[in-house]
Amino acid sequence: MHDIAIHVTGLKKSFKTTTVLKGVDLTVRRGEIFALLGANGAGKTTLVKILSTLAKQDSGSAKVHGFDVLDEPERVRQSISLTGQFAAVDEILTGRENLVMIAKLRHLADSRRIVDDLLQRFDLTDAADRRVSTYSGGMRRRLDIAMSLVGKPNIIFLDEPTTGLDPEGRLEVWKMVKELSSTGTTVFLTTQYLEEAEQLADRIAILHEGTIITNGTLAELKKLFPPAKVEYVEKQPTLEDIFLAIIGKKEEK
Amino acid sequence: MEAIRKHSFSDMGIMLGRSMRHIFRSMDTIITVTITPIAMMLLFVYVFGGAIQTGMDNYVNYLLPGILLIAIASGIAYTAYRLFMDMQSGIFERFHSMPIAHSAALWGHVLTSLVSNAISVVVIILVALVMGFRSAAPIVSWLAVAGILALFTLALTWLAVIAGLSAKSVDGAGAFSYPLIFLPFISSAFVPTESMPPVVRAFADNQPVTSIVEAIRSLLASEPVGNDIWIALAWCVGISIVAYFFAMRVYKRKTA
Ligand SMILES: Nc1ncnc2c1ncn2[C@@H]1O[C@H](COP(=O)(O)OP(=O)(O)OP(=O)(O)O)[C@@H](O)[C@H]1O
Ligand SMILES: [Mg+2]
Repeated sequence: MHDIAIHVTGLKKSFKTTTVLKGVDLTVRRGEIFALLGANGAGKTTLVKILSTLAKQDSGSAKVHGFDVLDEPERVRQSISLTGQFAAVDEILTGRENLVMIAKLRHLADSRRIVDDLLQRFDLTDAADRRVSTYSGGMRRRLDIAMSLVGKPNIIFLDEPTTGLDPEGRLEVWKMVKELSSTGTTVFLTTQYLEEAEQLADRIAILHEGTIITNGTLAELKKLFPPAKVEYVEKQPTLEDIFLAIIGKKEEK
Repeated sequence: MEAIRKHSFSDMGIMLGRSMRHIFRSMDTIITVTITPIAMMLLFVYVFGGAIQTGMDNYVNYLLPGILLIAIASGIAYTAYRLFMDMQSGIFERFHSMPIAHSAALWGHVLTSLVSNAISVVVIILVALVMGFRSAAPIVSWLAVAGILALFTLALTWLAVIAGLSAKSVDGAGAFSYPLIFLPFISSAFVPTESMPPVVRAFADNQPVTSIVEAIRSLLASEPVGNDIWIALAWCVGISIVAYFFAMRVYKRKTA
């Protein structure tokens, strides 16, 4: 059982008038990138909040890093880090101050070096001493994710990490997620974009109307779809290709 | 878990440091909180003061306690505002998903409220000194005044916490403080209650502000405080306890 990072069975959750989760079962293995796909209002955030001890389920059980979220929330919190759907950064502090604050709250011995490293890694060194209120959306998101990496948590939750980012920003986040995963961190991310799940995830689950309707590797999911037909069509570049081509030279800065 | 308990004071200190930075970086907060009461003090002393009979020859001395309470009542509106913004921005969710004491984030705001109101009280007293406020009270009396003001701040802060946590909009978060700012006007803060019509006077004599104002005034004038100080303390402690209880209930409900 030691290779299991998250184990959820029969999870149910309703709000006053709506039943959001109707019995969710899923398993995330240690070190993998797990993508939870779902439309607006599918309940992705609700599930992430339960797994990160911010909300309590009505029934069913959830174990994170081997600890039950209801019985041992403190131990769960010691094992995880959350980057919520909306950037949870302090606008009035500088980027550096935000990171230092988290490092202090995690009681890390070498917080200066850790913070400098993260600023470097997330390309925020130049902006480190500016107030976050002057940051662009992409920078804010990068800082947000950097804050979640302080203290090297075992499992990291990313709730729609690329929503609202431009294509370039999205690619940066993807690169970061892959790097993270290569260091052995388990990544649980939610997304509305099939393409994002395809790019990043070792395993993909689709949350629809309160349950997980499919769950598997990309190859397994592809088998569920009709086999590809060979057609000859002229491939037009997508707007995204064009955009990326134009700004491509900027990339090397 | 032992670790979390061991660190909860330093966590609170980090939270305090964070919101004190907020205060010093938005100077308008300090200006709004101190300028309005100072303007009011100028208005009452130099415009209305000549016509007000208080039985005390120095009207600044008479007025100061009420002005301080008004400053605190408007100061805690910002406590509610800051708390509301933290709930909105998701930074509280980040804190709550970290291995730190759950209440550290909230206590950070409460401590900030105490410290920032203490700063505005000191600024206003300095201005009052320039305007002719004088007190020969011994240090013990000053300490007692500080204690009463701190308790008053604490009581209103817990009310502000309830407002900040349950507000639906930024304006709603601060709106609850308007009646509190108004209370000193229907008390002995500006004029003796003897001059008021019976019904108003009955209200004025029995509401918390009057006893708090009277207690502070007597302490600063080195006069016997009588029962006022006990009534004042009972109000402050009573409101603190009740508001704390409800604030914690709202906090638990909001943060699951
Ligand atoms: N605190 C709450 N009270 C009442 N209803 C809620 C609450 N939180 C979420 N809901 C409802 O639960 C449903 C699922 O919400 P959730 O935020 O989990 O969806 P989501 O998949 O994250 O959507 P999105 O892609 O828009 O972020 C929605 O219908 C939402 O209105
Ligand atoms: Mg969501």
